[in-house]
Amino acid sequence: MSSYSITEPSSLQKWLAGTLVVAYAVITLLPLVWILTTGFKSPVDAIAYPPKILFEPSLEGYVNLFTTRTRVSPETLEALPPPVTWYEEVVRNRDMVIAGPSRYGERFLNSVIIGFGSTFLSVFLGTLAAYAFSRFKVPLKDDLLFFILSTRMMPPIAVAIPIFLMFRTLGLSDTHLGMILLYTAVNISLAVWLLKGFMDEIPREYEEAALIDGYTRFQAFYKVVLPQAATGIASTAIFCLIFSWNEYAFAVLLTSGTAQTAPPFIPTIIGVGGQDWPAVAAGATLFLVPVMVFTILLRKHLLRGITFGAVRK
Amino acid sequence: MSDTPIDRVAKATPPSVASKIRGLSDRAIAWLFVLPTIFLLLAVNIFPLIWTINLSFTNFRANRPNREVDYIGLRNYERILTDEDIWLTMQATAHFLFWTIFFQVLIGFTLAWLINRKFKGNDLWTTLIVLPMMLSPAVVGNFWTFLYQPQIGLFNYGISFLTGIDPSSFQMIGDVTLAPWSIVIVDTWMWTPFVMLICLAGLRSIPDYIYEAAEIDRASQWRQFWTITIPMVLPFLMLAVLFRGIENFKMFDLVVQLTGGGPGSITELTSINLKREAFEKWRTGYASAYAIILFVTVFGLASIYVKALNKVKER
Repeated sequence: MSSYSITEPSSLQKWLAGTLVVAYAVITLLPLVWILTTGFKSPVDAIAYPPKILFEPSLEGYVNLFTTRTRVSPETLEALPPPVTWYEEVVRNRDMVIAGPSRYGERFLNSVIIGFGSTFLSVFLGTLAAYAFSRFKVPLKDDLLFFILSTRMMPPIAVAIPIFLMFRTLGLSDTHLGMILLYTAVNISLAVWLLKGFMDEIPREYEEAALIDGYTRFQAFYKVVLPQAATGIASTAIFCLIFSWNEYAFAVLLTSGTAQTAPPFIPTIIGVGGQDWPAVAAGATLFLVPVMVFTILLRKHLLRGITFGAVRK
Repeated sequence: MSDTPIDRVAKATPPSVASKIRGLSDRAIAWLFVLPTIFLLLAVNIFPLIWTINLSFTNFRANRPNREVDYIGLRNYERILTDEDIWLTMQATAHFLFWTIFFQVLIGFTLAWLINRKFKGNDLWTTLIVLPMMLSPAVVGNFWTFLYQPQIGLFNYGISFLTGIDPSSFQMIGDVTLAPWSIVIVDTWMWTPFVMLICLAGLRSIPDYIYEAAEIDRASQWRQFWTITIPMVLPFLMLAVLFRGIENFKMFDLVVQLTGGGPGSITELTSINLKREAFEKWRTGYASAYAIILFVTVFGLASIYVKALNKVKER
């Protein structure tokens, strides 16, 4: 028998609370479910009235996402040899032929390169700075930490004006390197603040023991502190990655082709007479699912990450 | 001894260099570790900021870099502060800020309070509820224009299902009166989980014994809520409001994808307006002054707010 506690809610209260929360969750997840299902709808089903909940799954959205197509006359279509692959058949059914691959693959790859590049850099620099802020007497420590945080308060568009000019002068416009450096600078405030919190939690005694054993500061740092901070470093990295992955304002202003990431690209996927919603939804699904997986992995550190380490559970 | 790659590097390092590294004082290491970060921030944040301040006193246009640049003093600032369109933009931003924070606090706190009833499976549902806020606002915002379409859109269909209004009779993003609410709804949908998570941390930080003591004193549930729960959660709630306030003052991606500032300029928030001036009309000097005004505003508001927050925490 468990002991009776006056602070434990009654079972009726729990049941009511649970029902309301589940109802909210279902409503709030509907738009996401809609993205997922629209990706598998045919263009006709996607814009059906009333909105279709049950539909015949189709891969046309995904085919359209990855290809560019041209319309051909029925005679030309007749004259063509029969389609070799299933996706060619999907396209032919719409009186079209595949003209080539779309740019989605490249844009997705750009997101991966810029995301991982800036994450690596900001976590690397952030770890060093956080260790110094956590362990040493740095002159003007509080001011420097506040300065680092305050860089996050600027509206991105305001920063983008001189960055645009600077990149143009240095030849960094629309390059991977430029975007990696820019995202690193934005992410580093988060990295330093989060990592400092994680490092503050590692007892100093461990390093002090190592120093007495004859380790140098460097050795104590990478052999004692780093392994202890591994979880913190990993979750910080995921937060940085998600930021770079989702970023739109800088990407849309400073990139146009070579280094364009997926967020400015996905809304430009158009079909006949406006946006090709199944293809947009397919592109969005592939782009959003990795973040959902990371969010679930991160759930224990989520609060800390989104508040710059201000709230710890 | 273990032979990690680092050890091998250490062994391969010439003794003179090694002794130099070994000999570094803590102070030197501290600077070595902090300087790259400071340098990067100076180069990518502070230098551009100074450049912006400088540009804000000129009539420079970035699309005509070869034209002669004149220093025109404070004229850009003067024009911005007396421009009626900019005040309309500020009003749109204020409307957006007020209502998003209002709804997010209301719904977020309620959800947190409900989750804190510790029903079975609350962890799982919390994680699911949090999902929208981690996603790309631009990509999600773009998809919401589909959900908002009259007739075929899921949102309009849902409203008509609940209220019986004809789903093709209203346009969330095309209508002058509804558009400001359409962006409030999507932002609330996206960011309520943020406020919820912070409130939940606040609620969980209240030790049980306080409620037990109140119970012994026969304080009613209602009284306990107002004299224990609310004051103890308040600092957390204010922190959430601070974050949402700053973020939404800078709001760009979600709204630009949803309405693009329209119809007309009804939902043209400051960042979108600034983008028009800077990158469509190419009035770089003017836009720079505008950017500085925005930055000072958000910075000023945030510092006042942080002071208030610290006072609440001290209590």
